[in-house]
Amino acid sequence: MSTGTDSDNNLPESPNRDLSQRLTPSQLVTAFGRQHPDWVSEIREALGEITLVVPAAHIVDVCAELKSGAETQFDFLSDICGADRGVEEEPRFEVNYHLFSTKKHHRLRVKVLLNEGEAHVPTVTGVWRTANWHERETFDLMGVVFDGHPDLRRILLPDDWQGHALRKDFPLRGYEPYSLK
Amino acid sequence: MSAVNIPPQFEIVDRPLDTQMTISMGPQHPSTHGVLRLELVLDGEMVVKATPDIGYLHTGMEKLFEYKKYQQGIVITDRMDYLNPLGNNLAYVMAVEKLLELEIPERAQTIRVLMCELQRIASHLVWLGTHALDIGAMSVFFYCFREREKILNLIEAASGGRLTPSYFRIGGLMMDLPSGFERRVGQFQDGFIKAVDEFHVLLTGNRIFQNRTKGVGVITAEDAIDWGLSGPCLRGSGVDLDVRRVNPYCSYETYEFDVPVEQDCDVWARYMVRMREMKESHKIVAQALGRLKPGPVKADAPKVVLPDREAMKTHMDALIHHFLIVAEGFDVPAGEVYHPIEGSKGELGVYVKSDGGPKPSRVHFRGPSFVNLSALPHMSEGAMMADIVAIIGSLDIVLGEIDR
Repeated sequence: MSTGTDSDNNLPESPNRDLSQRLTPSQLVTAFGRQHPDWVSEIREALGEITLVVPAAHIVDVCAELKSGAETQFDFLSDICGADRGVEEEPRFEVNYHLFSTKKHHRLRVKVLLNEGEAHVPTVTGVWRTANWHERETFDLMGVVFDGHPDLRRILLPDDWQGHALRKDFPLRGYEPYSLK
Repeated sequence: MSAVNIPPQFEIVDRPLDTQMTISMGPQHPSTHGVLRLELVLDGEMVVKATPDIGYLHTGMEKLFEYKKYQQGIVITDRMDYLNPLGNNLAYVMAVEKLLELEIPERAQTIRVLMCELQRIASHLVWLGTHALDIGAMSVFFYCFREREKILNLIEAASGGRLTPSYFRIGGLMMDLPSGFERRVGQFQDGFIKAVDEFHVLLTGNRIFQNRTKGVGVITAEDAIDWGLSGPCLRGSGVDLDVRRVNPYCSYETYEFDVPVEQDCDVWARYMVRMREMKESHKIVAQALGRLKPGPVKADAPKVVLPDREAMKTHMDALIHHFLIVAEGFDVPAGEVYHPIEGSKGELGVYVKSDGGPKPSRVHFRGPSFVNLSALPHMSEGAMMADIVAIIGSLDIVLGEIDR
């Protein structure tokens, strides 16, 4: 083992930890995709952001692995948001998980694509507790059901609201005046 | 058998220990900072369970974005976190600029930093005034609002609006700073450190305030990360994390400032973090003032940025561009971005998805208040009823941002 002062000059250092710190997030994600080929359907890089497209069935495994992996350490879930790609599109819905690492300070977007008929994703509340409200919001406004969520109720709209407001086929001005029953 | 006859309503009844009462706190309760309703399950005065009920201010802003052109969305962002409107402006315009891959001139960047840090101070002043008011220290409120008034006057001088400035535009600023602005900021700066010391004299040494805040609403660093807390709430739990440091934007990496961190994890720690942060913002404002050099405040992108008023009257192409931007908007390349900034309350992230047209396909705001509030049930378990008020105050929530 070389001491800190010696190793400053020669770049290829021996300890693995130092090497992994130099891996860029895109290298990390590529390595992750190589380790788990079934879990990753696509890796996109655009505008300095990396997106990992994941089959819905594996989202919990992927998130748990990204959180606990020694090199990834995505321990902070910034945000979950759903998006409607358009009524005609198939798969119609997507759910974006924005991850952040409080130790490595890198960011990653994990994306799940969902068909209209089967807008179900397993919940990640078991991985990060903060997912609770994000998933409730996505369920409320986008109508994506998070299976296994401990408390999947509407959060912003009233309990007896019909429809999901952020879907593209939901009009900006309502079907009829809403009245509290 | 007692010798004295006690009227029945004063009779002491043995209450079974498991008797619990559910009460509704809010939405009109003054210390819920807007229209937050809490469903509290109480055992005596102890909180067994607190369930926040939100959505009273929901106005469908994210839906509205999809029907507005990109530049029209800026005014919607003002109305989310109405105590930090410039921060919201910044997060939104930077996300769109990232999609457009626009270069922003240096002067515009510096002014953005300057205005955002002033806004952060103003936001913290409202927090301090109302937090102290909730706990029972009334006079602090007036001192805070005296200082905030000066900042609002500055924001008004620059943008024309006090609460909803919409000062930042996609590609730069609405307009340059008015003449004499630096001098007026300097005047505010001179008196502000003394004002912060005044707040310390009013509150920090106050034994009642200390008793009400120390050891209340504890959340450990591990839990804070798990619950997604950010901003002063996270730094009050001993996690050294600031988006301005870890993912710098607007050349924040070139400014010298400390990130205050406290280890106590309670309401007091969050109070101390924000008090120290105000001084750090004061430092950044001073540095930004020193860097202001003459230059353009709008990017050189005639198809995106509105032309000068004068150019419009003399140049045909400027007039055409103006007409097209206002009437049709500008197309943004298809793609998606998530842009986080350090708002006054924590990580303010904006997700913008474009399908190539002049209107966004989806805009989502990661409001720090929304996430911070979701940790309230965890923090308030086993607390006293009166502590709930202190904990809500320490989270510094704005319901406009939570409900959107």
